[in-house]
Amino acid sequence: MSCKCGKTCAPVESPANICTTEDKAKCGCGPAPEATPLTGKNFTATRNACKLCAPLGACLAFRGIEGCLPFLHGSQGCATYIRRYMISHFREPMDIASSNFGEESVVFGGRGNLNEGLKHVIEGYKPKVIGIATTCLAETIGDDVHMYVKDFIKENEGSISIPHLLHASTPSYAGSHADGYQWAVRAIVDQLAVDGPNEKFIGVFPGMISPADLRHLREIMDDFGMQFSIVPDYSDPLDGPVWGEYHRIPEGGTPVSEISKLGRASAIIELASTIADKQSAATLLDEKFSTAVFRVGLPIGIRQSDKFYKVLEQITGRPTPAKHAGERGRLIDAYVDGHKYAFGKKVVIFGEEDFVVGLTAFCAEIGLKPVLCASGGKSGKLKTCIRDAAPELDPETEILEGVDFAEIEVAVNHLKPDLLIGNSKGFSVSRKTSVPLVRVGFPIHDRVSGSRTLHLGYRGAQRLFDTLVDKLMEMKQDGNDIGYTYI
Amino acid sequence: MANETINLLEKRKRQIHEGGEFVMEAEKQSLAGSVSQRSCSFCGSRVVLYPIADALHVVHGPIGCASYTWDIRGSLSSGPELHRLSFSTDMQEKDVIYGGETKLYHALIELIDEYKPNAAFVYTTCIIGVIGDDVTAICKKVEAEKNIPVIAVDSEGFKGSKKEGYKAACDALFKIVGTDDVKEKVPKSINILGDFNIAGEIWVIKDYYERMGVEVVCSVSGDGRVEDIRKAGRAQLNIVQCSGSVSNLAKMLEHEYGTPMMRASYFGIEDMSKALYDVADFFNDDEMHDAAARVIQEEVTQLVPQLAPYRKDLKGKKAAVYTGGAFKVFSLVRSLRTIGMDVVIAGSQTGSVEDYKMLMELCDPGTVILDDTNPLELAKYVKEKNVDLFIGGVKERPIAFKLGVGFCDHNHERKEALAGFIGMLNFAKEVHSSVMSPVWQFAPRKQEVT
Repeated sequence: MSCKCGKTCAPVESPANICTTEDKAKCGCGPAPEATPLTGKNFTATRNACKLCAPLGACLAFRGIEGCLPFLHGSQGCATYIRRYMISHFREPMDIASSNFGEESVVFGGRGNLNEGLKHVIEGYKPKVIGIATTCLAETIGDDVHMYVKDFIKENEGSISIPHLLHASTPSYAGSHADGYQWAVRAIVDQLAVDGPNEKFIGVFPGMISPADLRHLREIMDDFGMQFSIVPDYSDPLDGPVWGEYHRIPEGGTPVSEISKLGRASAIIELASTIADKQSAATLLDEKFSTAVFRVGLPIGIRQSDKFYKVLEQITGRPTPAKHAGERGRLIDAYVDGHKYAFGKKVVIFGEEDFVVGLTAFCAEIGLKPVLCASGGKSGKLKTCIRDAAPELDPETEILEGVDFAEIEVAVNHLKPDLLIGNSKGFSVSRKTSVPLVRVGFPIHDRVSGSRTLHLGYRGAQRLFDTLVDKLMEMKQDGNDIGYTYI
Repeated sequence: MANETINLLEKRKRQIHEGGEFVMEAEKQSLAGSVSQRSCSFCGSRVVLYPIADALHVVHGPIGCASYTWDIRGSLSSGPELHRLSFSTDMQEKDVIYGGETKLYHALIELIDEYKPNAAFVYTTCIIGVIGDDVTAICKKVEAEKNIPVIAVDSEGFKGSKKEGYKAACDALFKIVGTDDVKEKVPKSINILGDFNIAGEIWVIKDYYERMGVEVVCSVSGDGRVEDIRKAGRAQLNIVQCSGSVSNLAKMLEHEYGTPMMRASYFGIEDMSKALYDVADFFNDDEMHDAAARVIQEEVTQLVPQLAPYRKDLKGKKAAVYTGGAFKVFSLVRSLRTIGMDVVIAGSQTGSVEDYKMLMELCDPGTVILDDTNPLELAKYVKEKNVDLFIGGVKERPIAFKLGVGFCDHNHERKEALAGFIGMLNFAKEVHSSVMSPVWQFAPRKQEVT
């Protein structure tokens, strides 16, 4: 095969006459160079992770149970790092006890430390519930926390007043914080929910959302006039008032009595899309008590919210209350007013998988053009769920699981989006690529509003729309020297 | 819940001094279930080595430890910023079962090729020892292939508190010292050890020393560079700040290179001045002593009038101080006095009995001294002592804020330089901006009083 450069591309006897890679670049012949992946070279290491460890998610879930103190079975650092990480977002007390492993616990097992730790927490915090999650260390040495807890109860019954002791297995090498959250919710339900005659109330598994979202969810359920229980609900414990006296455990959260009734609920709504059946609390209730389960994705944007409201209408037999229908109407009006600023603007979305599904559906419905939807999670379902939730999405849109921020940065450089939408850990990418970041989700460590960021329902969509379009208008205004006073 | 008296756990009572005879205990393993504010060995190692800006910092383990320490501190670099990136082998279930050595090896090779660091630190996390990965062997192999120091930091979290981690970090650092094979001492030179260049503090301190004619050979680890650490044996004196973090390195340098060490603190007018005079005294150099006096006079003359308005507002207000190491508490007690405030609660995560004894002697009678305390105890005493300001780190902040008390971050996440003379002014501003905020009028604490 002869080449433009006069040499030959196929193997020949005289090596001097082979068209080399260098030659090929000049003459453009031969096989196309291997396309570099959008996210750059593959690395064995995770660089600037877009995920956290499973025990963090479990601590968040446990914080949403009334009177519960989260307890990590492992080294002291796990509890302390997770506390610090969550305090920087929620800006609220986040006490997490630790069984405080030493070398002898690693050699002989952590039973002694667990027992001692539980006793001290009971004495110091007087909790109604202790939510124990395992760290990777406890999992690796094979501590049987389930058995330890049973024995602890047996040994101490009668001598001390023992709170509910819940246990979730959360090995951080088997999933991310989003998984840890779901594992803990499932464990909570598994260990508390009991059978009984059906009661007229709805159980809601809300997913990892903000305190503002939980509060709005409560309002929606209230307005439908149904008895309900959100499990877990950390809106009050993680967004409460200033106190006169210190509270050992912040007030609020879902009472154990409500969780134990879940086996008798008339319906369960699980706000999730990428969840696996084996980690779903709703599936568990269905299997154990044949409870009616409705699973909808996080209600972000009109279409996702419509699905949620429709489920509520179906369960309650009541129409969407006028207040909410009104919000929906005004939201559409806002969409209309602002659509031109949003249309065709390229966005990169990142965060927990379920959150990315919801945000992408929302962005697509207002005319933004998601060019990359990325998560550190690895459910294997992200692509399908996003395509289902946002059918109009460009087939070219990249949907990637298991990525880190270093990879997202490479992709952003290549895709040149107008905006990044995700948690504050994306700021390093934003700074390096000069693409502005709109902060949503968890964590938001560099703004004060983490707890109060509303994403769900028509009201959440209104807030997201206003924030995004205002940002785009600001960019348009600042992007020229004229100084337009009308945009 | 609310309105209940907080009682002390029996086993905690001996780590608290409320007055009377001094019989404190300290340096104990944290009580399980006590919600200690301490961290772990990994944290200690990470803290000490973190600011070395031209080294690769790779965390070998599942993802959490790397995620929680990504860009965690305000340690500035005048050049490369590799320390602000987070690298993890992100161990998965199969790595735990079959071992993570291969993964670590590939991770290191690729990262070194990509980022071209001058050294690599590999931090072992809790499970690494348990699954039996030979991290040192992998490091040696990579070191031979890539021709840069690749050092295993023995930082499994369960090995103890931060202190054990400090020691592991010092061992790692010491492996680099002397690798440039130059032995002779640099005249009139020092190493600044135990400053992490938070908000550029080391540049402030360095400037003072340079104005005195002192050469700074190496800083550990603020604005740290591998090349400088190689030279650490060549300084004539080690100035050690921060209670425990790099004391071990100083001891090793003393033993191996005969470099004496000297304690210093750069917080507050008195301690900062002393840190400069002490160096001049060490070199027994009149000219240097005069230069130190000039630096101090220039700085203090500027500073004192600027402090006056803050002092006027803050006079008589009460403060609680809780830090990682105990040495900083001494400086803070003095600094707070400079702006008219009284310390009524003081403590640290890792102080020794001697530290606390000295602290008790420095503080006013009745000051509560706390070792390895926890949120409930802090809340109890903050309330009982009715403080106006809490100085601590992010974990202590919500305790203060929930009780309607001002807060000053004096930990590694702060963004304000608080060291040096200029740092004293920044400190006064920080304290003032929280204590004097009008928002407290709405807090229940103030409403009860009025």
